[in-house]
Amino acid sequence: MALAEHLVEDAIAVGVTASDWRDAVRRSGALLAATGVATDEYTDEMIATVEKLGPYIVLAPGIALAHARPSPAVLRPGLSWIQLAEPVEFGHDKNDPVWLVVALAALDHDGHIALMSSLAAVLGNTPLLAALRDADSPARVLDLLATEGSPS
Amino acid sequence: MKIVAVCGMGIGTSVLLKMNIEKVLRELGKDGDVDVEAADIGTARGAARTADLVLTSAELVSEIGDVSTPVVVVDNFTDVSEIAEKLTPFVS
Repeated sequence: MALAEHLVEDAIAVGVTASDWRDAVRRSGALLAATGVATDEYTDEMIATVEKLGPYIVLAPGIALAHARPSPAVLRPGLSWIQLAEPVEFGHDKNDPVWLVVALAALDHDGHIALMSSLAAVLGNTPLLAALRDADSPARVLDLLATEGSPS
Repeated sequence: MKIVAVCGMGIGTSVLLKMNIEKVLRELGKDGDVDVEAADIGTARGAARTADLVLTSAELVSEIGDVSTPVVVVDNFTDVSEIAEKLTPFVS
């Protein structure tokens, strides 16, 4: 299953201006709320996770996977996708600055494995990521994820 | 052999890391010999004690604390070649 099947256009924003990492996470959380994946409390929980445990969510160069633990603030498993106009620093030693914030919400530890498998395929595909970085609309992001985002 | 992939919450980063560890093990032909588990930071200490190897990010090493199990730091959780390089000495 391609990652595009787990995303809708309303959960994607490109060319987003964020003042700092909190702002970037806040915007990714706003898209989860706008698409009925989670409530605004989940955004606060994602920010609190980084405040408590550090910027470990920056799991690859330029890419942050914002998330918090399953909680009542999560309505259903889902994702949002924010491509930043200007990369922001999360304070990670190796992988800063971040140009892509993917926000993830899950109800439990294994109900979203298909989604994670698709995400792993996309994040491991360097040429695809380069194209996604240049994508100029949510529709273009979805197109790229639909055509090339299937798990290998 | 048991490997534990640790992240803060056990739903995102560690699941991704677990998937890429399993991919590396398949490529090395070792997937039949090794169990891979994803753990959050709360259960990581217990999981680490019963595991043979822990993989996590630099930020979380101190949270795992003192365990005799070897802890390997992965910088790029999506880079299968980095994971392969760091895993190979332990599984071959």
